Amino acid sequence: MAGIKVFGNATSPSTRRVLLALHEKNLDFELVNIDLKDGEHKKEPFLSRNPFGKVPAFEDGDLKLFESRAITQYIAHRYESQGTNLLPADSKNPSHYAIMAIGMEVEAHQFDPVASKLVWEQVIKNFVGLTTDQAIVAEEEAKLAKVLDVYEARLKEFKYLAGETFTLTDLHHIPVVQYLLGTPTKKLFTERPRVNEWVAEVTKRPASQKILK
Amino acid sequence: MGGGIKVHGVPISTATMRVLATLYEKGLDFELVPVDMKAGAHKQEPLISLNPFGQIPALLDGDLTLFESRAITDYIADEYNNKGEKLLCQSCKKLKAITKVWLQVEGQQFDPIASKLAFERVFKGMLGMTTDPAAVEDLEAKLVKVLDIYEARLSKSPFLAGDCFTLADLHHLPIIYYLMGTDSKKLFESRPKVSEWIKKITARPSWVKVLNLQKQ
Repeated sequence: MAGIKVFGNATSPSTRRVLLALHEKNLDFELVNIDLKDGEHKKEPFLSRNPFGKVPAFEDGDLKLFESRAITQYIAHRYESQGTNLLPADSKNPSHYAIMAIGMEVEAHQFDPVASKLVWEQVIKNFVGLTTDQAIVAEEEAKLAKVLDVYEARLKEFKYLAGETFTLTDLHHIPVVQYLLGTPTKKLFTERPRVNEWVAEVTKRPASQKILK
Repeated sequence: MGGGIKVHGVPISTATMRVLATLYEKGLDFELVPVDMKAGAHKQEPLISLNPFGQIPALLDGDLTLFESRAITDYIADEYNNKGEKLLCQSCKKLKAITKVWLQVEGQQFDPIASKLAFERVFKGMLGMTTDPAAVEDLEAKLVKVLDIYEARLSKSPFLAGDCFTLADLHHLPIIYYLMGTDSKKLFESRPKVSEWIKKITARPSWVKVLNLQKQ
């Protein structure tokens, strides 16, 4: 199974999304560091791996991919029988798969745009010496609260977002959730009991701990 | 199986159009149940129980309820794999992985910019709001960078994922259709491979059927 390479940065949420999937599957891989501060992701040879100039890019033998959520889906399918199953229990059933697919779209289109802005304002800006815009934080937190209200209702019915088992839907959230837990936005998670439990569950997984090192 | 498909949405909604195009590609019967957007029907019962995020479309197939247009199209392509046009490459796992890349590209790189531009150029007018020229300029500058990458990609293969038309191409149709009816069309027309690709995908009979629904 040699030949898996991730071209990315260990601190980047999207790179971490892929690393999570690989750790959940106990797969061997090489992380090739891309120096974001140096703009390495915007130059060759990285651009040939992802013309959009974003980490991560990925290689498994001669298959080359980019877009973290496409990569995790590939890993989940290609290595379905290894390590943690990241697909629904009956993955060949289109109806069951669709429920997970909805959750993946919700993460990508409802959760991530808002949550990533909050990470940008409160984490990345601080890291590069810029000032957090509290007005934007307030605005985006109001949006995130509405999304998390939907999650709270969902998680009252099911243990995880796509049903009773941990799937890609939950995994895709973890890197951004981890960053937000280090900011005042954490309260939006802790004040919703089921969301709070879900956050604790998914962040305590060994793979989730590994990516923080 | 196919006899009970209902789509709650409206023919002018880009997300609804994405689902309708897919149903037509598969030759499936369905009922389009209109939603009174002006009255906020999508934010109330009974629709809020179908999609708790209060957006259209929602799709019902038997006792399955789905929302998020790209999850719906994926379900249709998978469940009805043997009907109508092929929209995902089943036989080759590598090609399936590459199709997923370009599905993500549409959702993560193209749509966030292009749908804001369509909002400025098209939907604001419908809602009695004024287009913001500075926003248009900013969005077009970003979209151009994405389209340059598409131009390079489409110089290597006729469709985004490879040799065949897939959902990765289809998902672009609604927003491209709207932008082609505005001054932003110059961004597409000035790129020969992109232009050729648009002509091909908009000429598909299923897309023509979706546009006909708008005329009714």
